[in-house]
Amino acid sequence: MSLISTLARLEAVHTGRAQPAATVRHRHLSERPLVLVPLTTAGEAGAPLGALVGTDRDAPHLLVVEQPRDRDLRFAFLAELADVVLPYIDACAGAVETAERTETDPETGKRVKVEVDLCADAAQLIVPSRAGIDFVRLLGRSMRFRRTAEQDPEAPHPAPPRVPLLGRWLTHYGERARVPGSSLLLAMTDVLGRHWATGQSTLEDQHLGALLAWIDPPEGMSGAEAALRAELERDAGGQLLCPPAGPATDPAFDNKLLAPAIERYDRARSALAAAEDGADADERLAALTAAEREIRALVDSRTRPTWDAVWRGLDLLRALPEGARVEERWTRDRWSFTGHRDRVLAGEPPQPRRDDAVTAANKLATREREQARLEAQEALDDPLVMAGRRLAGEAFAGEVTDVVMAYGEGRRPAPRPLVTVRTDDRPQLGERAKVYRSLGGRPQAAEFVGYEEDGSCVVLRIVDKMGRGKEPEAGSVPEKGDRVCFTLFEHEQRGGAKLPDPEQTPWTHGGPPGEAVPEAADPLTEEDLL
Amino acid sequence: MDKGALASALGAPSAFGQSQFAFVRGNAFEARVKADGGAELLRLVHERLDPGAAPPADARVPELTATGPRGRAARTELALGEASAAGAWTLLDHPMLALDVAGSPAFLEPDAVVVHPDGSWTVVEIKSFPMLDGSADPAKVGAAARQAAVYVLALEELAARLDPVPPVRHRALLVCPKDFSNLPTASAVDVRKQRAVTSRQLARLTRIEEIADALPEGVCFAPDLPAEELTAAVESVPAAYAPECLSACELAFHCRARSRADGAVTALGRPVRAELGGLTTVADVLAAARGETGDPADPAVAALRRAAALRAEALEAACR
Repeated sequence: MSLISTLARLEAVHTGRAQPAATVRHRHLSERPLVLVPLTTAGEAGAPLGALVGTDRDAPHLLVVEQPRDRDLRFAFLAELADVVLPYIDACAGAVETAERTETDPETGKRVKVEVDLCADAAQLIVPSRAGIDFVRLLGRSMRFRRTAEQDPEAPHPAPPRVPLLGRWLTHYGERARVPGSSLLLAMTDVLGRHWATGQSTLEDQHLGALLAWIDPPEGMSGAEAALRAELERDAGGQLLCPPAGPATDPAFDNKLLAPAIERYDRARSALAAAEDGADADERLAALTAAEREIRALVDSRTRPTWDAVWRGLDLLRALPEGARVEERWTRDRWSFTGHRDRVLAGEPPQPRRDDAVTAANKLATREREQARLEAQEALDDPLVMAGRRLAGEAFAGEVTDVVMAYGEGRRPAPRPLVTVRTDDRPQLGERAKVYRSLGGRPQAAEFVGYEEDGSCVVLRIVDKMGRGKEPEAGSVPEKGDRVCFTLFEHEQRGGAKLPDPEQTPWTHGGPPGEAVPEAADPLTEEDLL
Repeated sequence: MDKGALASALGAPSAFGQSQFAFVRGNAFEARVKADGGAELLRLVHERLDPGAAPPADARVPELTATGPRGRAARTELALGEASAAGAWTLLDHPMLALDVAGSPAFLEPDAVVVHPDGSWTVVEIKSFPMLDGSADPAKVGAAARQAAVYVLALEELAARLDPVPPVRHRALLVCPKDFSNLPTASAVDVRKQRAVTSRQLARLTRIEEIADALPEGVCFAPDLPAEELTAAVESVPAAYAPECLSACELAFHCRARSRADGAVTALGRPVRAELGGLTTVADVLAAARGETGDPADPAVAALRRAAALRAEALEAACR
């Protein structure tokens, strides 16, 4: 954490309200995101309890597993989830525009431009917290190897085809969420925490209710009071007023409300199965329906506050103007989305349990590159982030006090003007260090020449983006009196060295992966109940 | 002492609790792993830790019931000694171990301890979080490793009293459900590092008698005392709150409230505290940043002022 954000937190403590940690929004928000608030059963890996999901804040779909240990009910839940999520994804995957991409021609080995489809928009998924992202990944993992009746007619409990398909999409989203700056799958706590500094620790910021309480406390309350209420206050029945954002539930809820309700449901179900005549069955069916309705109401009562909180967070974030380079990063997300769509359409198998060496190295390289890109772009978009870089000596801003025309020594002398910048910042400039400024959105490079006047003035030599002529193009050289900001880091990231094809994996990394074997489905638990 | 009851009496109840679903699931899984005289469990120990030994068949499962923790600990000691001498696979189901913590004995109950045919001992931890594609949640594995390390220490204390001293293996066995099923799978966890850390921490713990001696005469922590008296009593024991306490201690909410009331910057996290040099309270830091107090020659103060100026400039630029 930089000293600037620490200071913001301390000010938040002092004023009782969260302070801005960014002046623009650094993540893309879709017009119509899909919000997912999942709940899971304590102690079970693959036993969801229910979810609120949808794109309409006033009309979410409530999905409930009345007995999470029952395999058939769990599988029905996943199929229902696929029914809600997949149409949303398909709608985005269906609308395409034409884009250009450079590819290596397999015959000539030359780089050529080809026209390809790019999805006009990508489906955006929003979950309340970081644990929600892990849960999306877990759901994806639990679904993508399921076998359909078509693939394996013998398999017990075949899945409808949309279930493994949703598993593959959720896996893709879970993987993409690990790429810095990506907005395909966002955790509300992370995004809010990026834009506001609260008066509590980052650990406590993981609580969505407390975080919102600091950012937007109710009338007449300080952020600290409201956050404490969100964390701890319980009603007369001992239940938290602001239930945890999930997927884990509060133990008091499990023990006092959910467990008895599930027990009643189990009893009603076995009573119905044992019914002897029609009239008896009708009555028992009514009891079962009542028990079902009770559990649905319980799940709704635990997910609805979080659902509303996520949408409130979206409102707060939408009030911030979008950063200038956010759109560019979202285009990368669209490429990622389109790429996955194409892999699914091409009939490729689901993502393997373990990546091969080349895929893993590629993923790691992508994350590193995107991290550097994100850091540079956030600083260029947002003076508050740039202030942090200036404090760290990685950038400097100031006024141009002198411009002297000079020329390079080549055969055709090119303009190499010397620019003197007066600054209070203390950049850590080495000899002939390269610095960059943004000129109409493109980076212009300059070279550090030396300090003047006891170190408060920096002399730079501008080296590019001045046109081909002897005289620099108008506006390409700063003028006396201009405010300029140069960075020591590069604005655009170059890709690293290309990795070999998977078939060329060296022995040090396990050698070529060999013939791809289809991944086996997960073994099923013998019992129908976990 | 029941810290949970104390926290409730102080008006800052802890939020810990276990869901009965997790409890039932954990017990069911453990019972499954230990079924048939621990056949499956011993198979896993043999496969993962001691493939060179004879495969376990007809393992001994000594009876360990006795009255009271002391009785059970004595029974465990006896059984362990016998098993080491017997030279056969032995499973001790829920043994009781004693460990000296700051001068008072703490009783510990590992899920199981296995005695190998060569007389060495292995700690087994059975957890209900899943091992997905061979890997589990690192935070949970870390917690399990720390727990196992404490058992290893207690076993070593016990082993030192036997003759010949049986070796305690420093690789514990972690048993978890495989993927999404209820079938057990296991992984050997090296706990040497955790063991060294715990052992060092135990050695430097302030002795309980010393803490007791430092307390004023007549101090009492009974939860039925009036809240004010109780607060004063708790105050007499020094505490250094940091946000990490929230996930470990029942009294954390109380300590947090005190820490916030004092304006301690550590309440925002240990790294925050580390950046601010000698400035420890929110009011001090903000006054120094505004230039009201503090020595400008102090590097922490100078950095703070630059940060405050840059932040103000950036926010002003954004408003325009």
